[in-house]
Parts: sequence; structure tokens; C-alpha cells
Amino acid sequence: MSAEIAAPRSQRIDPKYVRGPKSRSSFEMLAWLFMRLSGVVLVVLIFGHLIANLLTGTGINALSFGFVAGKWASPIWQFWDLALLWLAMLHGTNGVRTIINDYAEKHATRAWLKGVLYVSTIFIIVLGSLVIFTFDPCVVNSPLPQC
Amino acid sequence: MSKTSSGTLYRGREGMWSWVGHRVTGVVIFLFLLVHVLDTALVRVDASAYDAVIATYKNPLMALGETALVAAILFHAFNGLRLILVDFWKQGTKYQRQLLWGVIGVWVVVFAGFAIRHLSLAFGGH
Repeated sequence: MSAEIAAPRSQRIDPKYVRGPKSRSSFEMLAWLFMRLSGVVLVVLIFGHLIANLLTGTGINALSFGFVAGKWASPIWQFWDLALLWLAMLHGTNGVRTIINDYAEKHATRAWLKGVLYVSTIFIIVLGSLVIFTFDPCVVNSPLPQC
Repeated sequence: MSKTSSGTLYRGREGMWSWVGHRVTGVVIFLFLLVHVLDTALVRVDASAYDAVIATYKNPLMALGETALVAAILFHAFNGLRLILVDFWKQGTKYQRQLLWGVIGVWVVVFAGFAIRHLSLAFGGH
């Protein structure tokens, strides 16, 4: 029972377990930190979103174009929804990125899945931001009296 | 489960199942988020088209779906806060199991409140 046990990190790693050059980028740490920070903010933003849209007044029955126009008449709700869009999309995209990295074993599969993910994310964030910034209460078929 | 897992702190226990639940609810919420931004984008196209799509959210079957979605959101939110405590609070790893039971307790109470309110509004026949 005198087998020598090397100290950890003494470079005695079987070559088949070596994972390529060590990255000095702090991207993964920042992504980890972002999940925690955005998570806390998202709890507030989403709870507020659910309370305002589903729990007050007549709840879901009140939802309509007029309801959205009424909310976005206020810069506070515009900012709320914009922050919600960006944080939720980035938080969700990073979560799905982690899941792809965990389960897609082939390099090409991982690259493809993440490519589709990133394209969808950019599309949804750009679309959602444009909708909030260019919102027109007098869009086609608007029921609002001032139109 | 293999015998080698017995005696480990994590595998097959509260830690693992909360991790599984966090992943599953996260993916479900993300998929809904994609659809939700697309349906909301209709406000920029045609007001009556938006109202028509929102009307589908008001039928009873969808109300059950919304309730399930909020159940997922609430678990992800409370377990996410637990995760932050596990990572940043000194005693977090020691009490991660107790924290999970706390999460489940808060989840039951808040979810019950939401479900009663939302389902009575949705089924109330306005």
C-alpha cells in the first residue's frame, strides 16, 4: 500500500482527458454571473408583468390591443417590457446554450444548434425592440377613439 | 440507479432533482417566450389580428396551459433564488436541501393563490 499519489494539478493528466488549450477568457464566469444578476431582476420584472396583466382588474379578460396601447403610453411600462425582453432572452439563450453544450456531443451538432439558437435570439430581440420603439396606437384596425 | 451512487450527497437526491426541474422549466419558459414575443409583435401589424390571437389565450384549455406555465415560472424563480443562496451564502451548500423544501413550500402557497385567481377569472365567463 505504498502507491504514490501525485499532488493535484501536477500535470499528470492522461492525454486523452486533456481539453485543449486553457482559455484565459473570463466569458464563462461572466455568463455565470449574468445568470444570477439577471435572474434576480427577472423575478421582479416577471412578477410585475404577471400581476399587472393577469391578476389585477378582470385579469386575462382585459387583455386586448387597447390594453397594450394603454400600458405603452407610459414610458415606465415601455422600459419595463424592453428590459424584460432583453434580460429574459439573454438569460434563456445562455441557459439553452449550456444545455446544448451538455448534451450535444458532436462538435458539428453543437455548432449547428447554437447557430440556430443565436440567430433566433437576435431575431426575437430585434423584432421585440422594434415593436416597442415603433409602437403606433393608430395601427391598422385600431379601435382607439383618437384614430 | 447504480449502487455506487449511494452515499453521495448529490446524485438522485434533492440537489439533482431541483437541477432537473430547473432545466426542464427553463426550456419550457424559453419556448413560450419566443412565441409570446411573436404574438405580441402583432400589435405593430394589425390591432384586430392581435385581438384575435389574444382571444385564443382566453379559452379554458389555454387557461390551464397558462396556469401550468406560471407553475413553471414560479418554480424556476424560487429555485433560482435558492441557487443564488447556494452560490453566494456561506451556509448555502450546507442548507441546500432545507432551502429546496422552503422553495417548494413558497411555491405551493404562491401557485395556489395564482391558480385560484387566474382560473376563476378565466372560467368566470366575462
